[in-house]
Amino acid sequence: MQPLGRSPFRRDPAPTYWAYKMQRLWLTPLFRVAFRVGLPAFAIAMVAGLVLMDQGRRDAISGGFAHIRDQFQARPEFRVGLMSIEGASPDLADAVRARLGVKLPASSFDLDMTALRAKAQELDAVASAELSLRSGGVLQVVIKEREPMMIWRVAPDRLEMLDATGHRVAALAARGDRPDLPLIAGQGADASAIEALALIDAAGPLLPRMRGLVRVGERRWDMVLDRDQRILLPQDSPVEALVALLEMNTADDLLTRDVTTIDLRVAARPAIRLSPNALTEARRARGLIDDDKKKKTGSDL
Amino acid sequence: MTDLYQTQRAMRALRRAAIQRGVVAILDVGTSKIACLVLRFDGYETQADGDGVGPMAGQSTFRVIGAATTRSRGVRFGEIAVMNETERAIRTAVQAAQKMANVRVDHVIACFSGAEPRSYGLAGEWDLQDSVVTEQDVARVLAACDVPPLGDGREVLHAQPVNFALDHRSGLGDPRGQIGNRLATDMHLLSVDGSVIQNLVYCIKRCDLELAGIASSAYASGIASLVEDEQELGAACIDMGGGATGISIFMKKHMIFADAVRMGGDHVTSDISKGLQVPMAVAERIKTKHGGIQATGMDDREMIEIGSDSGDWEKDRRTVSRTELIGIMRPRVEEILEEVRVRLDAAGFDSLPSQQIVLTGGASQIPGLDGLASRILGNRVRMGRPLRVQGLPQAASGAAFSSAVGLCLFAAYPQDEWWDFDIPTERYPARSLKRAMRWFKDNW
Repeated sequence: MQPLGRSPFRRDPAPTYWAYKMQRLWLTPLFRVAFRVGLPAFAIAMVAGLVLMDQGRRDAISGGFAHIRDQFQARPEFRVGLMSIEGASPDLADAVRARLGVKLPASSFDLDMTALRAKAQELDAVASAELSLRSGGVLQVVIKEREPMMIWRVAPDRLEMLDATGHRVAALAARGDRPDLPLIAGQGADASAIEALALIDAAGPLLPRMRGLVRVGERRWDMVLDRDQRILLPQDSPVEALVALLEMNTADDLLTRDVTTIDLRVAARPAIRLSPNALTEARRARGLIDDDKKKKTGSDL
Repeated sequence: MTDLYQTQRAMRALRRAAIQRGVVAILDVGTSKIACLVLRFDGYETQADGDGVGPMAGQSTFRVIGAATTRSRGVRFGEIAVMNETERAIRTAVQAAQKMANVRVDHVIACFSGAEPRSYGLAGEWDLQDSVVTEQDVARVLAACDVPPLGDGREVLHAQPVNFALDHRSGLGDPRGQIGNRLATDMHLLSVDGSVIQNLVYCIKRCDLELAGIASSAYASGIASLVEDEQELGAACIDMGGGATGISIFMKKHMIFADAVRMGGDHVTSDISKGLQVPMAVAERIKTKHGGIQATGMDDREMIEIGSDSGDWEKDRRTVSRTELIGIMRPRVEEILEEVRVRLDAAGFDSLPSQQIVLTGGASQIPGLDGLASRILGNRVRMGRPLRVQGLPQAASGAAFSSAVGLCLFAAYPQDEWWDFDIPTERYPARSLKRAMRWFKDNW
């Protein structure tokens, strides 16, 4: 008799209908790509989306990252505990310190060096600032100060110190505080400070007598000496004019005489204005007026 | 008839689509094995000696990228006997071939050996209208062939124009563009049992595959195992399969006759099984290992162990001499070859200029067959192996695979068949309009 069930050892080598279909499906290129790439991508996106759907979980994740970052930045290796300012006078150092306003100790990650440098350079008295982090947690600020070269009288009661380029350095309370610096005045004097310095350099023997330079009409310089003497310098090449005057001075001793104004504005024709007394004396010396008349009329020109 | 014409046209279109997609499967549904090859078509290549008319002649080069064989189940005499079993076997073969090729196959070209093929020679004539042969004229002359009554339930499997004649010139391969008055053609028509085709179509459909072509395995093994001059001068290919032996006669590179003997290697096996009282599997093993046809002096001393597991010692320890085995096998093989001889004689094979006979197929590997065959069939007998095709594994290059290889060639270099030409339009509106215009011009 035939056995009813099939023997377990006799396996049909033919694939079942579904196995055959599945193999064919698996060999379909589009399905393969979808299964191998599309499905995992979809699953990852799905899981990520489900996890991030909750606001609290999102916050926890971002907070965790922030916490790790803060912890790392707060490590002692990155702590800045000191600020050293070099190359600045104590007053300026205090000003820079106040200006930077860095709260120490701080992490070096929190220090925005470029912004700090810009802040330090905003101070008038600072020509340039170099910031660096030194080992040991020191924020080193190397300052190059602007050197005051002259005093500018902006208004009758307002004095400012300028450096060689005419940039403002600081305000000055009184002229007597810095008697070593030359004084300039007039509107727009700072813009042509270089010329002023050149003039002061050229003045040489006049320096002890010089009270200052006055910018006239934002155009040319007047040099004011003591005894209210004024040298009116030309707009173009004032230094040459001044040097020529000094030569004239050594030859004729012009400036010690009683002249109020020496007008050098036209180089070919320097002019001088005498004081009233000197004028009278000169006329008398020439015999243009007599002594009697002079006595009568007094100082009448 | 028109129905089949349409089906064949549809299959041709499917085959073209499959070749364009690049992958097509070959399925040889045999009685003893089912072979599946997966072909990849690399690209189109214009063949220099395109010896055909149709638009698909000589198209592409191909490469075998997957091959699988499985024991056939449910097939008898080259016809499907048990549908489910055959479907499973086809699935096994297709799956294994797909796995090897690592590509999904949707279109399949199949061949089978049975179904009682019958050959007919048809002739048709057509008077040319413009004295230049056009494709339309070829279609008309093919349509002008009068089809003999094929019998009930029979279908046309192949209908190939074999020869064209223009006026007094015969033997034209491609008459298009030639000038003449009267076009005549000879057509070879092969009809098979329609139900067998339907069973095969159904089985393949059940495997989610689409049938893109169907061929007789006698034809396929003929184009695979006959060399070019044999095809040109005239030769017969005897494809000795498991359940049927196919016969195809080629002449001038066209098949002019095909037939099948419903006997094959399985009958030899069953004879051994009955004669030695052993199961079929054991008989098959004995046949392939010790079988032979030519008796030699050694045979009496060569004893063959016939294993058995009946439990009876006497029965399990039987031995048989090789003489006895040859004595069982030879009459059957002789019978097959005699039957083939009868069919060849009926086809008028003797009148061919060259009477080369090529034996191929799995059963042709019996040692000594060529000697026997030359005694029965004629002097010029040789053993044939299929053409080498690119990528075919060594295991699938034997004589048993000649019809599978032939089917590859059939897919790659198809011969024009009747349905490759458009249906002749009897009333062509443009032409009648032109005629009306001419009438008006002549009369007004």
